[in-house]
Amino acid sequence: MSTWIWVALAVVAVGLYLSWTAGRLDRLHYRIDAARAALDAQLVRRSSVSQELATSALLDPAASIVLYQASHAARQADPEHRELAESELSQALRAVFAEPEQVAALRAAPGGEEVLRDLAAAARRVPMARRFHNDAVRATRAVRRHRIVRYLRLAGHAPFPMAFEMDDEVPAVLTPEGASQ
Amino acid sequence: MRIGIVCPYAWDVPGGVQFHVRDLADHLLRLGHEVSVLAPADDDTPLPPYVVSAGRAVPVPYNGSVARLNFGFLSAARVRRWLHDGRFDVLHIHEPATPSLSLLACWSASGPIVATFHTSNPRSRAMIAAYPILQPALEKIRARVAVSEYARRTLVEHLGGDAVVIPNGVDVSFFADAEPDPRWTGGAPAGEPGTIGFIGRINEPRKGLPTLLAALPAILAARPGVRLLVAGRGDEEEALEGVPDEVRGQIEFLGMVSDEEKARLLRSVDLYVAPNTGGESFGIILVEAMSAGAPVLASDLDAFRQVLDGGGAGELFPVEDADALATAAVRLLGDPARLAGLREAASRHVRRFDWETVGADILAVYETVAAGAAAVEEDERSGWLGRLGLARD
Repeated sequence: MSTWIWVALAVVAVGLYLSWTAGRLDRLHYRIDAARAALDAQLVRRSSVSQELATSALLDPAASIVLYQASHAARQADPEHRELAESELSQALRAVFAEPEQVAALRAAPGGEEVLRDLAAAARRVPMARRFHNDAVRATRAVRRHRIVRYLRLAGHAPFPMAFEMDDEVPAVLTPEGASQ
Repeated sequence: MRIGIVCPYAWDVPGGVQFHVRDLADHLLRLGHEVSVLAPADDDTPLPPYVVSAGRAVPVPYNGSVARLNFGFLSAARVRRWLHDGRFDVLHIHEPATPSLSLLACWSASGPIVATFHTSNPRSRAMIAAYPILQPALEKIRARVAVSEYARRTLVEHLGGDAVVIPNGVDVSFFADAEPDPRWTGGAPAGEPGTIGFIGRINEPRKGLPTLLAALPAILAARPGVRLLVAGRGDEEEALEGVPDEVRGQIEFLGMVSDEEKARLLRSVDLYVAPNTGGESFGIILVEAMSAGAPVLASDLDAFRQVLDGGGAGELFPVEDADALATAAVRLLGDPARLAGLREAASRHVRRFDWETVGADILAVYETVAAGAAAVEEDERSGWLGRLGLARD
């Protein structure tokens, strides 16, 4: 008789553990979704401000075209080519803002100060949001690799999470370190 | 924005994390956000209006020293009540990987949680053993912040994942605008012997006062009349053991100093020396010294090198090398042009650490995690009680 009680207890304990693990995974997937949405918002914000700057005639025509092309491509990119397009926008921004003089000239122009502030804020938030996203991906992968999670398919139909890899280095002159040089 | 901040260390005990939390809360309040800080405090400690006491911290031996920590049923209940009453948009916890209020808060909350990792402790056995227990709580953190590249590296090694680096903030103008005190100025730029400053607990070997005292005879031999000004708690006799009498005469102990006196001291000295031997993850005192325009000579620790911009904003000497310290100090005190150059470089470099910049970065993190997310809630105690309808409401 007592054997059956132990068996019943063990079954309940395993059930609780599985339910708890499923809840934990559920929360991790939610965290990835939220982080992905935040990353998306920051990327869109950055390309919008870049496009605004490119069409504002505050920059010289050559820089405007480079920036317009890159920001347009980043906004239109399909999911498969997004990482590449966003990296190219980072590179275009770094090329346009390679010299501190460019920032000084932009700041002096009417309306330039605001655009610059928006751009710096957007460009600096992209690496933040991306780190938070990839951190969530890593934590989720760690749990999903557990044997019991794989065998019992506790993750359900959620796709295996992928990190977002891109070059998100901010132009030096738009960082607080660079701005103070 | 409604922001809840958890400080794991007793509010009435001075310390780096407490000061950081206090200044952060002040800064956010000034910007018009609603801030509530949960911190351990004795019931009779006077607290600022935004601090909620989580009860008394209990001294427990942990990780080689006695830590004052909060844990147990009552603390957990207070954390839950605070979370429930606060309805925060963002929960910002500090030092979540120590057995403290922060871990409890992380355990009992869900939603947009930001965590700042201050120390770079080597991995302890307790941490390794507790890892499976800790992991479910730590994986709720949506955004990790490390106070330095060094702290970030330790975090990545121990817990995996990644973090953004946001340094500790300093009110630069408070230090830059302090009046120099004639009692402490040394006049090195005008060719006089000069004064050297040191701030820190004097009996704590990690703060490195013994290295500085060992270097002092050589400095005095090259520049007779140099004075060493030491501010900080501790037993002076114990610290001076074995120091020759003629050297003792050139050392002034100022005891514990207030924030105002500290700023004036840093404004006055010709050279600030930080001979720490290790265990630092940031080095806020260096930023304060640079803000006050004191040229800095610091030991070559990873954290210090980073704060000093790789040596561009202050000079470095090999850790615990008294001879190198003496040589560098003598050279600097005798070179007014170099001192002025260091002052200039430092005052540009510290803008990175001003609360204006640091506060904007922290708010950017808050906005990134809070945008579109639900507010912070009490966690449904890992699910099953809630699912069976047994959870306390």
